[in-house]
Amino acid sequence: MNARKAEENLFKLLMLVSLLFVLASLAGIVAVIAVKGMSAMSLSMILDTPRGGYYLGKEGGVANAIVGSLYLVSGSTIMALIISLPVAFGLQREYTGKRLADLSRLVLDILWGTPSIVYGAFGFVVMVYLGIRASLLGGIIVLTLLMIPIMIRAMDEAIRMVRHELKEISYALGTTRIETTVAVVLRQALPGICTAVVLAFGRGIGDAASILFTAGYTDTIPTSLLDPVASLPLAVFFQVSTPIPEVQARAYASALILLFIVVIVNILARLLGWRLSRNIVK
Amino acid sequence: MIQLKKVSVSYGDHEVIRDVELDIPERQIVAIIGPSGCGKTTLLKSMNRLLDLNENVRVSGDIIIDGVSIYDNGLDVTDLRKKVGFLSQRPHPLPMSVYDNVAFGPRIHRLDVSDILSRISRIGQFEDLCGRIGPISRTRKSRRESLRLLVEYYLRLSGLWDEVKDRLHVPATRLSIGQQQRLALARVLSIEPEVILADEPTSALDPISSKLVETQFRSLKKKYTIVVVTHILRQAKRLADYIAFMYMGDLVEHKPAGEFFSKPDDERTRAYISGEIS
Repeated sequence: MNARKAEENLFKLLMLVSLLFVLASLAGIVAVIAVKGMSAMSLSMILDTPRGGYYLGKEGGVANAIVGSLYLVSGSTIMALIISLPVAFGLQREYTGKRLADLSRLVLDILWGTPSIVYGAFGFVVMVYLGIRASLLGGIIVLTLLMIPIMIRAMDEAIRMVRHELKEISYALGTTRIETTVAVVLRQALPGICTAVVLAFGRGIGDAASILFTAGYTDTIPTSLLDPVASLPLAVFFQVSTPIPEVQARAYASALILLFIVVIVNILARLLGWRLSRNIVK
Repeated sequence: MIQLKKVSVSYGDHEVIRDVELDIPERQIVAIIGPSGCGKTTLLKSMNRLLDLNENVRVSGDIIIDGVSIYDNGLDVTDLRKKVGFLSQRPHPLPMSVYDNVAFGPRIHRLDVSDILSRISRIGQFEDLCGRIGPISRTRKSRRESLRLLVEYYLRLSGLWDEVKDRLHVPATRLSIGQQQRLALARVLSIEPEVILADEPTSALDPISSKLVETQFRSLKKKYTIVVVTHILRQAKRLADYIAFMYMGDLVEHKPAGEFFSKPDDERTRAYISGEIS
């Protein structure tokens, strides 16, 4: 009996150590970024664009990257949402046979796992073919492609969790498939669907490899879809290895702002999910 | 009038009900009784084609409702399910407020609310409600008001109004299970069916809620044909006008309730009534 108790205690200890390790790493990342980023933070950092060129210029801030990222991610989130929602519902048993649905899910899982540089390379080829230069439009297209598999699969999982009996009750009242899907299933799965959108958003806003060749980089804020656009991940990428300390500071400030945006969106999404869960059947 | 002609249902290779011949009389409470797992629920679900939702199901034979064969290819199933309402064993409230649960049916079927209301006021069942059904005009505001009165009517019919009238907009999941089942009843009534199929409607409820539901059924049979599946023999004795006894997938015997309990024909029926098999 003592040996078994000892075994249990050992595993408890190992689990605790692993947990602490993970939390410490997370804390470490946040701490380093926060310390280095806060020291460079100022109102001008958020509101001004870089002066004298983003790579060498010492003055100005990262407003170009902040606004650029927001443009990129809102455009692609909306496009991805419009495509993903119907597809996620279309994968359900009411609309698609089992074989096609399983095959689709396999393909989407593979796409989810595909490295984002591959999306970037693909996007670049498409853009060359279409004659578009590295621009906001190019970035949005590639980010949309990146986000779609994530959104569809995550929404699909949320929709599948709606219990069969609930749908049966709705059908028993004389509804069509679409009526049950929109009035009952969508409502019940809404918190899960929101989570799916936020998941995809998180991937999209932080990705650098896919937009490296497709969105370009600039120190101005774009005024049209065909202008190149800066982004927070690329701001870190281009500015962190510079010898000039002021420019390096901008890199860390960008990282901090990026972290901050992700935290805020996650909190808002939690709140929204909680609000939408009011009516759902548990 | 519902007529079942040589109805057999199988799930894959497993035959669940065999050659059932039964005529369901109108405006009575018909109880389908028998031990668990002998096909009662399947028989019930075949009458509103809810079996279509299962993938491996095969139905043979025919079911004719008001002269129309319901397994006909061209039939509008949503129309059938409006006519033949279904109350399930566990109340599954829709993910919306109490009010929206009851308003769901009229909205989906785009029912003519003012038409229904004028019929209600002619019957004159709930006096103070009828007093408020004034001349119905077609403005937006009074359409909402008419729907509100209609929802109140169904909640009164199912015996739930007094308990929810102050909290119509809370999520339906906040109600107790007995209240949820009565809400489900109001929901079924709101599609204005002619038949109500009830699958063990009180088995998940406490005795008080069960009694309330049974009371509602007794008053509803004046207007609706009610088919109740129950494994509670005493409930069948209390409620039923006509009884059909199912055992292991066969319809063993069916007759008016009085005769059924006093003069059963079949050995198996006798055994079931006396409690030897359950």
